Amino acid sequence: MLLIHCPYCDETLPEAEFAYAGEAHILRPDNPADVSEEEWRDFLFIRTNAKGPHYERWRHIHGCGRFFNAVRNTVTDRFLTTYKAGEPRPELDTLTEDGQ
Amino acid sequence: MTVHVDLLTARELASSRAATVSLLAPVVRFSLRVGADERDALSSALGVPLPTRIGQCSRQGETEILSLGPDEWLVLASESEAAGIIEACAAIYADAPHSLTDISDREVTLLIEGPKAGELMTLGCPRDLDRLPDGEARRTVFDGVSVVLWRDGAERFHIDVWRSFAPHVMSLLTTGCGELALE
Ligand SMILES: [Zn+2]
Repeated sequence: MLLIHCPYCDETLPEAEFAYAGEAHILRPDNPADVSEEEWRDFLFIRTNAKGPHYERWRHIHGCGRFFNAVRNTVTDRFLTTYKAGEPRPELDTLTEDGQ
Repeated sequence: MTVHVDLLTARELASSRAATVSLLAPVVRFSLRVGADERDALSSALGVPLPTRIGQCSRQGETEILSLGPDEWLVLASESEAAGIIEACAAIYADAPHSLTDISDREVTLLIEGPKAGELMTLGCPRDLDRLPDGEARRTVFDGVSVVLWRDGAERFHIDVWRSFAPHVMSLLTTGCGELALE
């Protein structure tokens, strides 16, 4: 089982308390009627599908209930970091595989 | 088939030399949601400080307030205190907007105690409960069911379970209570 650090609880906890919630930092267009069909399709369906570090959302559903963001390596399944929703995305070169 | 289980009568559900599992009497529960700016006003109105760290409990008389999330608290009280809590919160609502919801009937409380109470909890809870200090609580998961889990002492826990999941959790704990006694 993966261990995930919740930035709100400030504890490292079993994966069973969390739910995956898709790629992070995907912004809904302010006015969907103003964007082209291609842009709307991209917002709805097109994802990075990264092999390696991936910015993604998780929810501490059986805990504090909060959504937060994480960077996880999709090859090794290691979490590089987790951070609160609304915080800027961390640069990859500041992160290590140890999650430090 | 739907099995109807009595969730109102406090009683012992299972007992072995490993542990004892009991259903406790109903209690008053409120869900309190309030932002950081209004938190102090709610603490004064309730006469019990709202703890700021997730998992911490403050107690005053029979009232207990547990921090469940950054803006979410669980308020437990006796039936005689309930009206006073509703009144105190209503009185400051205009200056300190918040949400106070009576959720008393949503959950039931189970008590797990005995020499192997901690081991019995590991049947359903993936957390490292050795790291949960006495007197604190956390919302966590028990065999797929969201629960609030308090550690009352070294080998004494109680959990609040949503009532529709309670028969499942009760039967799992009853089975475990018997199995752990066989070792
Ligand atoms: Zn959390």
